[in-house]
Amino acid sequence: MSFVTGQELAPKTYKINRALLKQYADASGDQNPIHQDEAFAKSVGLPDVIAHGMLTMALAGKYLSDLNGSQSVLEFSAKFIKPVVVPANKDVELIISAKVGEIADGIAKIEITAVCEDVKVLGVAKGAIRI
Amino acid sequence: MLDPDLIGRTFNGANATTVTQESINNFAAVVGESNLTVAPPTFSISITLEQSQKLLQDSGLDWTRVVHGEQKFEIKRPIVAGDELTCSSTIESYRVAAGNEIVSVRSDLHSNDELVVSTWSTLVVRA
Repeated sequence: MSFVTGQELAPKTYKINRALLKQYADASGDQNPIHQDEAFAKSVGLPDVIAHGMLTMALAGKYLSDLNGSQSVLEFSAKFIKPVVVPANKDVELIISAKVGEIADGIAKIEITAVCEDVKVLGVAKGAIRI
Repeated sequence: MLDPDLIGRTFNGANATTVTQESINNFAAVVGESNLTVAPPTFSISITLEQSQKLLQDSGLDWTRVVHGEQKFEIKRPIVAGDELTCSSTIESYRVAAGNEIVSVRSDLHSNDELVVSTWSTLVVRA
């Protein structure tokens, strides 16, 4: 795949559900109950169970990896600006898209957009990949 | 509240973490990654977050009210199975805004003397 500054990269959709939250909790070791226990999440003022911010970032990391392989990812950063709410028995769609930023010395900056239910969930999400 | 004397100090994790192929496979499966020869880009959080949590709890932060504000990774080389990684964490900044405590922690993962991944986590303790 070739990259040009300003190029818009095609969006991809990732499904997030309660089973994936459990799977991520087990894989990452982050067993915070706000990501698994609806009653607990509501008791601390959340609307429902929310996804781990780092799960959203891991999925955006997969989007970055798919551009030129996992081994090409050099930098990746994001702010968690809105929670991804995950109701029971529902697949929530996370839509990731990106634009190619500056390219220099064989490294492309990637500006990532992550949207869930028409709301941006990651802020200033950026990657750098070797191309 | 955090003890201000802790800001800028570096804490070395007691034990090295040996990265297993199974741990890479499990993390990759969550995101649908089929390349299992290297760890996915955010895999290191499974090592660094636990260490940051311990450091900050020991430092007096109320972990039950922590939310993740920002995260950054600089990957010098991908993590692979068999890596024995030691984690050193530094509280880089701490401030209080509108009653929320905002802490930035840098964690470096080394394999022997080689820096493999640096991560920065900004954590917010809600008022």
